[in-house]
Amino acid sequence: MTAIHDQAAAPAERVRASREKAKNSLLYLDGVSVSFDGFKALRSLSLVIEPGEMRAIIGPNGAGKTTMMDVITGKTKPDEGDVFFAGDTDLTRMDEASIASLGIGRKFQKPTVFESHTVWNNIDLALAGVRGPFATLFHRTSLRETARIEEILDVIRLADKKEWLAANLSHGQKQWLEIGMLLAQEPQLLLVDEPVAGMTDAETRETAALLREIAKTKSVVVVEHDMSFVRDLDVKVTVLHQGSVLSEGTLDAVSADPTVIEVYLGR
Amino acid sequence: MITAFIFRALDRNTYIVLGLLLAVGILLPLLSLTDPSFPLHVPTYVIALIGKYLCYALLALSVDLVWGYCGILSLGHAAFFALGGYAMGMYLMRQIGARGVYANPVLPDFMVFLNWNELPWFWYGFDHFWFAAIMIVAVPGLLAFIFGWFAFRSRVTGVYLSIITQAMTYALLLAFFRNDMGFGGNNGLTDFKDILGFNIQAPATRGVLFFASALALAAGFLICRAVIASKFGKVLIAVRDAESRTRFIGYRVEGYKLVVFVLSAMMAGVAGSLYVPQIGIINPGEFAPANSIEAVIWVAVGGRGTLIGPIVGALLVNFGKTWFTSGMLAEYWLFVLGALFVAVTLFLPKGVVGTLLARAKARPTSTSAPAAVSPIDATIAAEEGA
Repeated sequence: MTAIHDQAAAPAERVRASREKAKNSLLYLDGVSVSFDGFKALRSLSLVIEPGEMRAIIGPNGAGKTTMMDVITGKTKPDEGDVFFAGDTDLTRMDEASIASLGIGRKFQKPTVFESHTVWNNIDLALAGVRGPFATLFHRTSLRETARIEEILDVIRLADKKEWLAANLSHGQKQWLEIGMLLAQEPQLLLVDEPVAGMTDAETRETAALLREIAKTKSVVVVEHDMSFVRDLDVKVTVLHQGSVLSEGTLDAVSADPTVIEVYLGR
Repeated sequence: MITAFIFRALDRNTYIVLGLLLAVGILLPLLSLTDPSFPLHVPTYVIALIGKYLCYALLALSVDLVWGYCGILSLGHAAFFALGGYAMGMYLMRQIGARGVYANPVLPDFMVFLNWNELPWFWYGFDHFWFAAIMIVAVPGLLAFIFGWFAFRSRVTGVYLSIITQAMTYALLLAFFRNDMGFGGNNGLTDFKDILGFNIQAPATRGVLFFASALALAAGFLICRAVIASKFGKVLIAVRDAESRTRFIGYRVEGYKLVVFVLSAMMAGVAGSLYVPQIGIINPGEFAPANSIEAVIWVAVGGRGTLIGPIVGALLVNFGKTWFTSGMLAEYWLFVLGALFVAVTLFLPKGVVGTLLARAKARPTSTSAPAAVSPIDATIAAEEGA
């Protein structure tokens, strides 16, 4: 009897308690579960990102990293649990476009840029500002916007290729272009899914430096397989396994965690 | 704001296309009014034929706007064309007045034949040209809005969307076949006499209708050009290339699709409305799914994702059709059309104009090769990679 009563009373009370805890965080996930056709992709996942924090998320395939990003960006609605942004904005009630406008940018695992647009237009499209169909119909790119695009092109080192079609860029350059598009959105939080997949060692090191630079002003969540890259980032690490958090701490600390070793090295 | 919007569209190629269309629109009707002994005389049937092609070209342009630029493959665009045609047809029916077979001053012949005593409510207003002119864009626009509202919000894309557009036009075909719908059933609307007080059969009226078709096509081209040149147009291409990416940078994709789909449907409606007075009849056959598919073939042949392509494609294929179906090979036309579609898909995926543009661009600027690849090339590369 009491158990049933507790469950019924829980939602309102839990939401209030969640909001209290969420207040000072930038991103707050609590008890998030998602299942697809019976497969539990996330099991009661909880994660807190502070403003200005950079966090690396690691975990074996199927640990729920991409599903977590889908939940945060509104692509997937959680079956249960709370997702709050900047303290009190409930992300589970919003769609992708409004979450993006709120200040959450996402980079996909496979570089996804607009292939038949030039590098310049890719950044222009991502640039924070007009989003509605009628506003864009009559929009003229301002001098301030042009300057901002140039600035971002410099940061991602594609200034000399601004007239190139994105389709003609190399894999690494596409990854950088996508990071540039993220910057152009001026988000408060960047979700970056495997940014160095398929990159050379030199590109990987440069990407780590770029992300550290970005993290000076914004919160960044990086999902990555590449351990040397995570070491380069030198930030707090969260290990996911089977849809929930297995361990959290510095890379050295989680590497020494026996449960993590068991998951990674097998039993 | 509007002038700046249009002004941005005017580049050299646009001037050439507009100039050509207007020149043809003025010259051909004038030549048709000359004496038959004049060496450059154009027979009236040619005016009627090319006038029809111009309407088809506008329909093709409207298909290209949603398919070539936004990736929405509509296999039901003939429905919007037919609705515009019916709106014009209803006006023309009311213009007949008491000159019909049954000499009823208000009711069109088919209603008298069905023993109807009064005009159905949805026929009110069609005795005024301005009302019909509004309905020509409003009805297709409204249908596109309602259809698009549900389809795009539910994120129906790709082949599923194509199938339901096809179902939409088929449903309309069946509905318009019914006599009690009040649109003349199987026979449709015909026996038109006047348009705006002028005899619809008179060579001069035909010439003006021809000019109006060329003008509508030029206006449609200019509007499409302005849309594509704007940031809105860039977003459309972004949706075509990577829809979810577009959402994640904050664009509400369904809104964009809805706006462009409604605009395209209105253009198709205008095309239909100019087609009907030149052909002299509108019947439910115009809703046939095959008509919509044919329009898609015109665009594919000419080159989707270019604005000149669909115009060229519509003209080429229809000239071919007229030539082919007037000979003894007439019954093989559908096979030829099918073969043409397969051949274009396999050997000219960019269409005639797309291929020529890519070739013209590749030659002079071979030093800066990467920038010279046309957008449609990149799309194809992306599609092959996916």
